[in-house]
Amino acid sequence: MLRGGVIMDVVTAEQAKIAEDAGAVAVMALERVPADIRAEGGVARMSAPELIEAIKAAVTVPVMAKARIGHFVEAQVLEALGVDFVDESEVLTPADPAHHIDKWAFTVPFVCGATSLGEALRRIAEGAAMIRSKGEAGTGDVSVAVTHLRAVLGELRRLRSLDPAELPTAAKELQAPLELVREVADTGRLPVPLFCAGGIATPADAALVMQLGAEAVFVGSGIFKSGDPARRARAIVEATTQFRDPAIVAKVSHNLGEAMVGISAADAPVHLAGRGW
Amino acid sequence: MDVGVLALQGDVSEHRAILSSLGATVVELRSARDVARVDALVLPGGESTAMSVLLRASDLVDPLRERIAAGVPTLGTCAGMILLAEEVLDGRPDQVRLAAVDITVRRNAFGRQVNSFEADLDATALGADGLDTAPIHAVFIRAPGVVRVGPSVEVLATLAPRPGVTAPEPVLLRQGSVVVAAFHPELVGERRVHQLVLGALRQAASA
Repeated sequence: MLRGGVIMDVVTAEQAKIAEDAGAVAVMALERVPADIRAEGGVARMSAPELIEAIKAAVTVPVMAKARIGHFVEAQVLEALGVDFVDESEVLTPADPAHHIDKWAFTVPFVCGATSLGEALRRIAEGAAMIRSKGEAGTGDVSVAVTHLRAVLGELRRLRSLDPAELPTAAKELQAPLELVREVADTGRLPVPLFCAGGIATPADAALVMQLGAEAVFVGSGIFKSGDPARRARAIVEATTQFRDPAIVAKVSHNLGEAMVGISAADAPVHLAGRGW
Repeated sequence: MDVGVLALQGDVSEHRAILSSLGATVVELRSARDVARVDALVLPGGESTAMSVLLRASDLVDPLRERIAAGVPTLGTCAGMILLAEEVLDGRPDQVRLAAVDITVRRNAFGRQVNSFEADLDATALGADGLDTAPIHAVFIRAPGVVRVGPSVEVLATLAPRPGVTAPEPVLLRQGSVVVAAFHPELVGERRVHQLVLGALRQAASA
């Protein structure tokens, strides 16, 4: 039950406690936040088991961990470690250039990134229990996440307006199973929760994506790469809940210290959102 | 009937759908002003630690406590049950306790996310409230367990003994006009748990 909440990237047990204290609904256990993965380069892999175990022991909220796209054995290991959710993530270096993980083969629920409705439906067909925008992680630039969120929600609105006879062609264009296309055309929403991730750095960023229609928010580098992580984490939690109340978003945005410096997504040398298909 | 669903975090929309199907008008609660104007309260599932932070930040703890103490019919599911319990084990020392039901609960008593399960519960006790007694299909996700039940608390449904547990475990309970469930009736379209609360509301209205 993560909806309306904030899921925070943490790299130590201490950070995990700060996140839980601030009201995070879950933490993402990582060795490096996306901003550092960008800065340091190299192959980014699943976190070490001892790190995940230390973070699991430190908090009472659910713990997520990332597996590389297509690396089903990393996902098996994470399931064996007892993580609560696996994020098949483009932030790590993909392990399979052609196939995502068959998520139906697991008990642990998966969250997967998507840049469009077609991509979201392909991940759901593979068994994803939650979808998040990809955004451009580690930049502090929310524009790509906004683009993805608008793409998914806009395409859902367009599908609703189609005649049933037009849905097979829509499914072909979306490269998604017709059955799922028919379902979302009928309901107007994904059959799983839609979260937002990638570049969220301020309370206003969080409220922006919630007003656009996200059901929960992932914050990666935005918290622990800022001047006052505890205060900023708490402010983003409040803004995510009270996203319709500008007076509260304004109130919690005071005196947060420096935001992560960030880089414009357009200037980022590596575009993570293009990973996966 | 205006029913307020605490909308700080958690599965608000499913509760909204069930309440709407029962003819209630749903108000999403995010401020003390909203708490004051509703006839019944629902505390949904979610993370009780995150809700605790948000309840305090939004100055909702005292208004909720006062309305519940005044007899406003209230339902808590999963995290909502934890918030309404008298005593919480394996929680955080700073988590909010509305202490509306005299029970002790253990957070995540059934394990982590991967230990989530579904079970059919005997619903014979619901007959006394004029409700259908077909089994309740219950979904348990990181659910709290009830380890102590006070003398004034009524057990309405239990989970049958399972490997390692010899006694039936209470999972649906009531004290006065407050109903708590360890499971998520809202996720499977189960309406009877909400009907218990709306029934209390109607009784209060006709009294």
